[in-house]
Order: sequence, then structure tokens, then C-alpha cells
Amino acid sequence: MAEMAFTTKGLTKVYGTGRSAVHALRGVDLEIPKGEIVVLLGPSGSGKSTLLNIIGGLDRSTDGVAAFQEQNLTDMSDRELTKYRRQYVGFVFQFYNLMPSLTAHENVELVTEIADDPMDPDEALAMVGLKERVDHFPAQMSGGEQQRVAIARAVAKNPTVLFCDEPTGALDSKTGKSVLNVLRDVNQTLGATVLIVTHAASQAQMADRVIHFADGNIRQVVKNEHKLTPEEIEW
Amino acid sequence: MVTPLDHKLLRDLWRMKGQAAAIGMVIAVGVMMLVMMTGLVTSLDETKRAYYERYRLADVFASVSRAPDSLLGRLAGIAGVASVEGRVQGGALIDLPDSALPVQAQAVSLPDRRDPRLNAVYLTDGRMIDNDKSDEILLLQAFADANSLRPGDSLTATMNGARRKFHIVGLAQSPEFLYTTAPGELLPDDARFGVIWMSNSALAAAYDMQGAFNEALLSLAHGASEPAVLDAVDRLLDSYGGTGAYPLSEQTSNRFVSEETNGLRAAATGVPPIFLAVAAFLLYIVISRMVQSERSQIGLMKAFGYTNAEVGAHYFKLVLAIAIGGALLGCLMGIAGGRAMIQVYTAYFKFPFLVFQLEPSSFVIGVGVSILSASAGGLFVLRQVFTLTPASAMRPPAPPDFSRTGRIGRSLNRILDQPSRMVLRRITRQPGRMAGSVIGIAAGMALSVAMLTLFEGFNRTIDLTFNVVDRSDVTVSFTHAAPDTTIYELKRLPGVLLVEPVRIVPAVLHSGLYSYRGAINGLTQAPRLNRAIDQGLAPIPLPKEGVTLASALADILHVRAGDTLTVEVRQGRQPVLKLPVAGIATSLLGSPAYMNLTALNRALREPNRVSGAYLSIDSNQSEAIYQTLQDMPSVAGVSLKADARNAFRTVMNQGAGAIRYVMGAVAFIITFGIVYNAARIAYAERERDLASLRVIGFTKGEAAFVLLGELGIVTLIAIPLGSMLGYYISFGVAAGFSTDLYQIPAVFHPSSYGTAAVVVIGAAVASGWLVKRDIDRADLISALKTRD
Repeated sequence: MAEMAFTTKGLTKVYGTGRSAVHALRGVDLEIPKGEIVVLLGPSGSGKSTLLNIIGGLDRSTDGVAAFQEQNLTDMSDRELTKYRRQYVGFVFQFYNLMPSLTAHENVELVTEIADDPMDPDEALAMVGLKERVDHFPAQMSGGEQQRVAIARAVAKNPTVLFCDEPTGALDSKTGKSVLNVLRDVNQTLGATVLIVTHAASQAQMADRVIHFADGNIRQVVKNEHKLTPEEIEW
Repeated sequence: MVTPLDHKLLRDLWRMKGQAAAIGMVIAVGVMMLVMMTGLVTSLDETKRAYYERYRLADVFASVSRAPDSLLGRLAGIAGVASVEGRVQGGALIDLPDSALPVQAQAVSLPDRRDPRLNAVYLTDGRMIDNDKSDEILLLQAFADANSLRPGDSLTATMNGARRKFHIVGLAQSPEFLYTTAPGELLPDDARFGVIWMSNSALAAAYDMQGAFNEALLSLAHGASEPAVLDAVDRLLDSYGGTGAYPLSEQTSNRFVSEETNGLRAAATGVPPIFLAVAAFLLYIVISRMVQSERSQIGLMKAFGYTNAEVGAHYFKLVLAIAIGGALLGCLMGIAGGRAMIQVYTAYFKFPFLVFQLEPSSFVIGVGVSILSASAGGLFVLRQVFTLTPASAMRPPAPPDFSRTGRIGRSLNRILDQPSRMVLRRITRQPGRMAGSVIGIAAGMALSVAMLTLFEGFNRTIDLTFNVVDRSDVTVSFTHAAPDTTIYELKRLPGVLLVEPVRIVPAVLHSGLYSYRGAINGLTQAPRLNRAIDQGLAPIPLPKEGVTLASALADILHVRAGDTLTVEVRQGRQPVLKLPVAGIATSLLGSPAYMNLTALNRALREPNRVSGAYLSIDSNQSEAIYQTLQDMPSVAGVSLKADARNAFRTVMNQGAGAIRYVMGAVAFIITFGIVYNAARIAYAERERDLASLRVIGFTKGEAAFVLLGELGIVTLIAIPLGSMLGYYISFGVAAGFSTDLYQIPAVFHPSSYGTAAVVVIGAAVASGWLVKRDIDRADLISALKTRD
């Protein structure tokens, strides 16, 4: 049996109380094996981002258990969660979240300075094809380039897991494909588990596993036997 | 109808309630100062006017040696005189059981069997005197209170050489004696000078004044010429030993009250504008940056079809809500503060009642300035925002451009980690914003520096006056100009270490249009106990020719060294002297004029005369010395420097100077408000960056460093700038607090700057801590979802 990156049991998240309570997650049971590319699909408000936030150490569950490699995330203190994010997790966001006052190289360095076993920032930027633009500030780059810097920043720490929340949401399809390519490379060369939250169903074709969300729970988990490359995907 | 935009307005206000409150508070205290100070001045002026009017205080006072009552009719006949009252008054010495020293007093007559036409008294306790009983007296309430005397008590006093026992039947106040100073002393001291009112018949008997008076009081008809009346009175009284009529404006008590209220008026007009200007500047900065941070929302509203005017009006309302809210709060605080302070002043000025009045113009000015400065801040930025196309709101925001940042040097690059670079780049790349924060904090620091310098200045005035100018322990005044052999008598007393003669001669000093009613202090050529000093605190030797004036007096008379003064002596033969100004002395208390004693006596043609002496004594033998002095018939009064120093402290701490504590507190509030706002704005601008840092694994402390490092650097840059600004403001503030009675120097004192720096750093630490709490609580997820 494959080793699990994440397991959840009865994971529940409720926002608010009483009549105004919103159930974002309704007892999710899930297993995500190590080293896979997993795509979480579902309409807005179905709970996929909430799940990502909880197992990414950004939010806390109301009930249930979420574990990362046997470590119980739901019991961790703020300090431990920070350490977890620092050591194991890389994040890529829809709006890149780069530091505008730092160059591409420095944005990556921002993470390598605090990581235990980072790669060279130049190497990380070379992986995303930005070798020539290391000294540019975010304001001097296109959206796709900024997103690739964000990916370089996420992978430079040699993360065990890479969380991507709508990584192509703000990009055109051509740029989006190149970003997905980078994610696939990271998965293949670094062996990192990659979780991608997206609206775009077609992106599921590059995943090892597709998890369909609806109404705060998993509707279906599909194992993809015929993975496509990002170039082959149309959306 | 409440529009959706109004809903947004209310919610925005609620969302930024912390910052809105901080801005509102800064405006509020600025407006409070204005409303409170002008209200105080108006109230004191109005109360004084009403008190004077109700108790018929005279407009003109004239002392004579002795004039028959029949002369009163002729005085009343002078054109412009409305009413006349003649009375008997004289010096007295009161024996108090608890005091080794006799206390000087003034005895004043009240008409038999009728109300005084002028200078009525206000009976606060007991009853009026019975004219048939010559031993009944009224006592000045402040003196009675200070010495625990009540109606029903008796006291012993010496009048005209005769010692008598009197019964106190009542306590009284009078607008004539709001301030009481013993002859030859500058500062009021309730305990050390008394006023006794007696029936005219009893007092006339005591001073051999039956059918006569030695002081005339006159009130003027509306539109009368004061100088003309003074002239006519002088002519009429000249042959009766008149020492010169003088107007109410030169009467001791009134002069003191006026100087105090003028001091307050100077502080009221000079200081609050500085506070309000700082508040206005801060408001401008805060509002402009606040509107800037709303940039994307503005674009979005325009995309929905709102016009520039509608969007502008929306933000304008937000700005106005904060500005008007703050200003109204300031008005309320000003009223409350004014009401509290007026209690202090009423007690201090000894007004029997209080007319509390606010100055409506201060409300208008306060609210107006707040709205204007807030609008200026808002408008300036809205103009930039209006050029924004709606489309720009639909795209992810372009990150601020840091590409033009001067590349940090390679060597520096190696030392600095990324968070430090972020801090440095923001400071170097956005110099406008940083300068705004720096100047704002520096302005707050400057206020604190100025107020602390002022506190130091008050201490300096006391220190200089009592340790450098006057180094004596005891001042003795004689009943009349005594031969200088009296000095030798004093020198022989056991325990007396040093004796220095002085002759104080009342005089009116004239120079052109300017005149001053004061005295000439005749001192030895190189005095050691009471001296004229120059700016470098070195004693000024008194030359054989001319007078040396205190700088304050030189300013009043508009003269410089080398000019010539006309001095009308108001004693003895009353000669008129033409004297050159020999030099200008530094003096922080009063406006003395010094002269060489020998030269003064020669000019008066009364050689070898003294009117008093300064003594330095062995403190172990003080009681015995006081006892001996009390028994010396030539001694009219003895005053201790310790008492004078306390009296001065009282004047400074309860008079016009008291407001400095309120101002000091306000300065600190403003300083804190500015620093806190700077921190809040910086956080608002960087909230998303900080959350991103937290998400990628930075600890709370590491993320906070990026923000607090910036605040720290801004604060550190602001401190030297604030010191410099404060140095200049302190001159204005010190001048605002200086009166004719005392001058407050703007003393450069390192501790003022150190304390102000500590205040600013303390405010920065507290603000940093408050903001850090928010960083710790920041919602990481929402920060990632928001675009800007």
C-alpha cells in the first residue's frame, strides 16, 4: 500500500454559529498518496479551498482529524503550524502574492533564507524558465512571469507538498499551460506531492487523481489512468 | 433614504474604527485646546469685569499725606469724574501667635454708616462692622484662611506705633485686593500680607486723620479722558503731599490679574494654533494615504457607473465624518476642560463668583480648520484617483514599482537579509510617504520637546531668581528711609553673616510715549546678595551714573543702553531725574531698575539712607534673629526667601502657568496619536504582504519585523528632526507663557530632548505592540484572496 501524504477523518469546518452557520466541510474522509498530482474540482463554495487551507496549515478545522505523514495537523499550535509550512509546504496562489519590493531572485531568496535544505534560488528560477529575469521586480513582469516566480519561490525550499489554489486563474491559456508544465516538472523531478484546486475541469486530465467536491463533501474520487501533458489539454 | 454608498460609508467607518478614532482624537485635542483656552480667557475677562463693576472698583487712585475732607468736593468737580470717595489707609503689623515674624498688613477705612461709593467689599463670612465699636474689623478672607482666623477671633496689630487688640467680626473679599503683595515684594502671598477694614472714625483716630483722608478714589464718567483727570487730580493734591494719581491699570492687584490673564491670552492665541497645525498636517497625511488604499474600490465604483462626483462625495463624507466627529468631540472636551480649569482659576484669582462664557468663534475656527485640513488631504488624492480608468480595477493590481530603487550596494547586499531589504526599499523607494510619516512624528516630538522645554524654563526662572539673582536668606524693610548706621546694627546680630543695604524708591519711569510705574532699587556698587546679572549670569557692577534696567523693563520702555530716561520719584521731595540707561540686566522675575545706592541717594539729596537690607544668616540661629528683628522699631517687615520662592511656585503652578500641564498632556496625546497612526497606515498598506510572509512560513515575529523595522527607522529619523523643530517651537511657546511679571526662557536642556525622545520611542513601542497584535491575528486566507 502506498504511503500517504495526507489523511483526513470526519474533517468538518463550520463558519459562524446558530442559524447563520455555514458548513464548508461536512465530515470529509480522504487519503492522498505521496508523490501524486491531485486535482480538486468543484463549484465555488463546495469546500475544496477550505480543505486545502486546513491541510496547508492556514486554517483550523471545527471537528475531525487531518494528518500529514502521521502528524496530526489539527492538534498543532500556531507555532507548530508555522514550522510545518516553513519546512514542508510550498504555496502558489491565484494572485501570486509576491513582495513588490524584492526582485525575482530576492523573492525566492526570501524563502531559501528560512528553509532547512533549500535549492539555489537561481536553479529554482531556471526551472521555471526565468533565468534571464532574476533581477526584475514584480512590476516589470507579466502575470505569467510573476506566477512562475511564485512557483520558483514555492519549490525552492524543496517542499514535500505543493499547494496551488487556482494557479492559472489569472492567466491566459498559453501562459497557464507553461505554469502547469512547471508544476508537473516539480512533481517529477522533486517527487513533491502537488495539490491543485481549480475550476477548470480539463486540468484534471494531467492529474494522477481527481477529487470532485460538492456541498462540503467528496462526491467522487477518480484515478486517472491516462494522464495527459499540459500541452495536450484544451481549456 | 440611506443609499448603498452610505451603508458602505458606515461599514467602512466601523472597519477602520481604530484608526478613525486615533485621527479623530488628534483633531479633538487640537480643537479642545483652542476652545478651552479661548473660553478660559473670555470667562476670566468677563468675570473680572463683572466683579469690578459690581463692587465699584475705582478708576483712579491718589495717595496724599493728609488732605481735608472738604477737598473731596473739589475732586468731584473735575471734568470727567463720576464719583469720589476719600478714605484713610495705613500700614500695620499683625502679630500672629504661630509666627516668629510679624506680618505686614494694610488697614483701610470704610465710611461710617453708609456704603462706600467706591471700592465696596464683599462680605463672605460674619457681619459688617459696627461703627460705634472701634475695635471691630473685617479681615481679608484669603489672609484669614491662610492663617486659620475666623470671625469671633481677635488679633493684635500695631498701627501708627500703637499696639491694639481687635475683634474680627467678618471676612471680606474685594476686587481691590485680589492679589496682595507686601510693600517691596513682587509676589503675592496670602499668608504674608493682610488687609484690615475698619470704620473710618476708628482708623482716622489711629492715624490722626480726623476730618481728613490720605487716599482718594475716583471713578470716571463714560468718555472721560483719563490723563486729563490724572493731571487735574495731581494739581489739586500737590500741595497736600500727593504722590501722584495713578489709573486702575497701574494698581498692584489689577496689574497682577491683568498680567496673568494676558499671559493666559498669549498662551491661548499662541499655543493652540501650533497644536492645531500639527493635527491638521497629520490629518492631511492620514486621509491622503487612506484614500490611496481605497484606489481599487474607487475604480470598481466607477466601473459600475458612479460618476467622479458621486465617488468623490462618498469619500468626502467619510473624511468629514471623521473630521467633524473629532472636532465636535474636541468642542465638548474643550467645554469640559474649560469648566474644570476655570474652577482652578476662580480659586486662584479669588473671584467670588464666576461668569462662564465660551468663545463662539473658537468653535467655528476649530471645526473649520479640521474640515479644511481633512478636505485638503482628501481632495489632493481624489484628484489622482479620478484619473484611474475603471478597467484598472478589473485587473489584478500592478505591484508597486520598485525597479527604480537605487540598487543597494553589493557589500550591503551581502549583509542584509530579504526582510531588511524590504524595509530599506520601502523607505528609499517611497520617500514621499516616508517623509510624511517622518515629519508627522517629528512634529509630535517637537510639541513634546517644546512643552518639556517650557517646564524646564519655569524651573530655570525659579532657579535663576532665587539662586543667582537673589542669594539672600532674609529681606528686611524699614518703616522709613533709615540712616545707614542701621545696617551696622544688623551686622552685629549674632548669626547674621552678611548684610547688604538697599534703598527702594517708588518711581514712574518715562521714555517718550512709554512709562512704567515701579521702583528704583538702589544697591551697593558690587552687591553680592541681590544682584543685577548679565546674560552670561555674571554680576553687573552698578556704575556711579545711570540706571541698569531689567530686559523686560527695557522692552516695556523701548529703550537701549545709552538712552535717557525720565524718572519721577514718588517719595520725599519727589524730584524728576534725567538718568542714562547704563546697562540691561537679565531678570526673570518682575521688571526691576537698579541704581548705585550712593548715586541714588545723591540724586534724592538724602545721603546715607537705606530702606531695607538683604541678609545672609546662619540657619541655626534664624529663630533668634527673627525675634530680634521683630523687636526692632525701625523694622516694618521681614520676608524670607523660602516664602518668596513658595509664593512664586504657587503663582507659576496655579496661575496662567497651570495650563502648561494640560498642554503637556495634550502634546503627549498628539505625539502618541501621530505615531500610532503612522504604524496603522503602514500596516494597512502592507497587510497583504505580511500575510503572504506568514503563509510561506515566516513566524509572527519575522513578519512583524518587516513592518516594525520600518516604523523603527522612521521613528529614529524623526527624532533628530523633531528635536530641531522642537528647538524652534520652544521659543514661541516660552514667549507665549512669559508675562510682565515673570519671563520664561527657552532653555536648551538635554533632558527635555531625551524625555521627548523617550516619549516618541515609547509611543512607537506601544503602537508597534498594538499593530503587532493585529499582525498576529491576521486572517491569512482572506489576505490571499484579496487583490489589494
